[in-house]
Amino acid sequence: MSEKQFQIPNRSHDGYGGGCSCDNSKIDAILTKYNNDRGRLMDILIEIQDSEGCVGEEAVAKIAEVFNMSKVDVVQTLSFYHFFSQKFRGKYTVYLNDSAVAEMMGRDEIAKAFEEAVGCKFGSVSEDGKIGLFNTSCIGMNDQEPSAIINQRVFTKLTKEKILKIVNGMKNDYDVEDLIGTDVQSNILLQGPILTKDTEVGEAIKKAISTSPESVIEEIKQSNLRGRGGAGFPTALKWRFCRNAEGKKHYIFCNADEGEPGTFKDRVILTERPRLLFEGMTIAGYAIGSDEGILYLRYEYKFMEKQLEEVLQELRDKGFLGKNIAGLDGFDFDIRIQFGGGAYVCGEESALLESAEGKRGEPRDRPPFPVVKGYLQQPTAVNNVETFCSVAKIMHKGAKWYRSLGTLDSTGSKLVSVSGDCDRPGIYEIEWGFTVKDVLNLVGAKDVQAVQVGGPSGKCIAPSEFNRKLAYEDLATGGSIIVVNNDRDLLNDIVLNFLDFFIEESCGSCVPCRAMTVQYKKKIQKIIDGKGVKNDITQMLSWEKVMHMNRCGLGQSACNPVISTINNFRELYESKLQKEEYISQFDLAAAVKESCETAGRIPNLGGNHE
Amino acid sequence: MSKVLITIDGKGFLADSEKTVLEVAKENHIYIPTLCNLEGIKPQGSCRICTCMIDGRMMTACTTPVNNGMVVVSKTDELDKLRSKIVELLFAEGNHFCPACERSGNCELQALAYLYKIMVPEFDYIFPNRDVDASHPKLIIDHNRCILCKRCIRRKREPENPTWFVFENRGNKVKINFDHELTSDMDDELAQKAMDTCPVGAIIRKEKGYDVPIGRRKYDLHPIGNDIEGKE
Repeated sequence: MSEKQFQIPNRSHDGYGGGCSCDNSKIDAILTKYNNDRGRLMDILIEIQDSEGCVGEEAVAKIAEVFNMSKVDVVQTLSFYHFFSQKFRGKYTVYLNDSAVAEMMGRDEIAKAFEEAVGCKFGSVSEDGKIGLFNTSCIGMNDQEPSAIINQRVFTKLTKEKILKIVNGMKNDYDVEDLIGTDVQSNILLQGPILTKDTEVGEAIKKAISTSPESVIEEIKQSNLRGRGGAGFPTALKWRFCRNAEGKKHYIFCNADEGEPGTFKDRVILTERPRLLFEGMTIAGYAIGSDEGILYLRYEYKFMEKQLEEVLQELRDKGFLGKNIAGLDGFDFDIRIQFGGGAYVCGEESALLESAEGKRGEPRDRPPFPVVKGYLQQPTAVNNVETFCSVAKIMHKGAKWYRSLGTLDSTGSKLVSVSGDCDRPGIYEIEWGFTVKDVLNLVGAKDVQAVQVGGPSGKCIAPSEFNRKLAYEDLATGGSIIVVNNDRDLLNDIVLNFLDFFIEESCGSCVPCRAMTVQYKKKIQKIIDGKGVKNDITQMLSWEKVMHMNRCGLGQSACNPVISTINNFRELYESKLQKEEYISQFDLAAAVKESCETAGRIPNLGGNHE
Repeated sequence: MSKVLITIDGKGFLADSEKTVLEVAKENHIYIPTLCNLEGIKPQGSCRICTCMIDGRMMTACTTPVNNGMVVVSKTDELDKLRSKIVELLFAEGNHFCPACERSGNCELQALAYLYKIMVPEFDYIFPNRDVDASHPKLIIDHNRCILCKRCIRRKREPENPTWFVFENRGNKVKINFDHELTSDMDDELAQKAMDTCPVGAIIRKEKGYDVPIGRRKYDLHPIGNDIEGKE
């Protein structure tokens, strides 16, 4: 793991600006490492950020010069990603998760403890430049919150005592490995057909290559496997489109940008069953006719890099990656890891491809679809981590076996990540068709007010619906299940947090996604403040259609936290509407504050205003 | 170029298969409102105003290529209502004070607001604190008026040239920026082109303006879309 070796830059009057002293020779070395390939801009930015604590003016100028880009064009990409910064972010950079579940588990207290111990506020760097404190969206540790990332290492179940130790270590320049032991748990609490280890490495590949690529696709078709990212597109159909599309080269992408708050199953698969995943990708390579697979992994999971690279090397050594795989002449396939830079929207497949090309992670217009024109405009199949694992198991044990699991429309199993108010948060592999109630019983949830199925973009359901099934035909989910008990303030703790998440994570391209999410937040805040009226609810419902005009799934579902809670918890909204005859939404004191301060006047507001 | 048959609002049209729904509609004098689209630059579908029902799904006309047998519904009361909500959102999101703007009467956002007879938005005005960048010798960027349509970003002289205009940040913090160094010797013609690329008054030329008095400008004389519908 890279330890920051740089000099802490000089501090100006307004903190650490863009004038940080990026080491030119180091930047040259990084650029050379990636063959001065503009397509690898993400990797270049990641390495500079990690080694220098920022991507400052000099680094931007150097990159621009080498790639014949304008400097603003470099900033265009870098400013899109949460973990890149033109301003210095400290020798140690603390990213504390601010997802809803982190808040439920006491994140605010932890944030305060950090601020007190470090001596600066979140969003800034300490006076001596050593420690930066920043918030970040869900880091995939919902079953062990509060948690934070510090220089790529993850620290979970944070307590005030742990923070004192960590901060003390940082102040004394400890290696990040030595701050305190890191303790990321996998928490697999129920194993099913995917997680059960009943195959030897490479067996599935051998079975696949004993038949034709077409037969592999047919087998997957027979299994009725659908994409596990949440949308549920039939995998075989995607592969066939991709195989049949013409191009110079075909690509296989694994979408491991697991950013939906509350989801952490991909992290667990990547930690516990990486070989299964890579086998699945290799089988896809065979089926589609591709020799290159790319694992797009979210930056939050950078701590896994070493282990994953070792597994890839092991597979190469065993002949299951590289040239003439498993002894089949001419079947070449290898996998590289592409890290993201912190952007939820990159989990959308076309945004993921843009990002992998070194650009802003903005979803593309469709058509053309990625299977026809994907990575570098070539045919590309993008599948979820869990989908590839299912593929490997299907190849090994057959489509018939797979179809015997789950329901008619949703075959097989699903890994669900359960967190929130329950006794046993963790990973549960269940067959499709389990009800929400079944899951609640498994995880030990009592006194439940609501269950958020599928993360913020999913649905928030009430106890009256707990008999509903987890299945594509009923409650489809990418795997996030968040349990909310009766002590929680649903609007404040969940809905408002989710809206903040969507505001932060929107790419900003489509108008409704960029602007309406802010309007939704204002309305919810108004209702929480007791100033809402009935028409506010009506308006929020009517805006849903406008949100459906957005280009991608993020934008189209960004209103779901509001819409599904209005639909399922209407009485909660109504109980918060204003009771008095009329309370003005207009805050006179706030409205004149700035102008009075500028003019040096004391406002005369009359009446009851203080 | 092969021909396909498509239906727009109940009428059949023969269209070039390479074209988009928006282009085919325009050729046939059907006006579909747009903001982020500009002839001659690659469409991107970011304002979403040209959203139509295409084969039963909401899709943007500017980015969707025509297909044989495609059925497009471009104009319904509901679509107009949704489009007007986007126009309202843009007014609420930025700081748009038409009477003081050099583009008043030539502004596509203002023209659409008139088209949809928008009075007061149902949205809260955000009143964001945004800068005016007047540091360039030829251009002023007034971020208050920018609707983030990316026309300026997508307009490139040559594809291999370094990009001048860019988007920065993400979400509701996005803003346009441009490379002041590379554009320092920009001539008047290019500066005018930059200004004309902008649908609103966010890119303004320095030391030039109000050549045509307000009241006699493009959309003062004819509502937006009339030229396409052949009503002028």
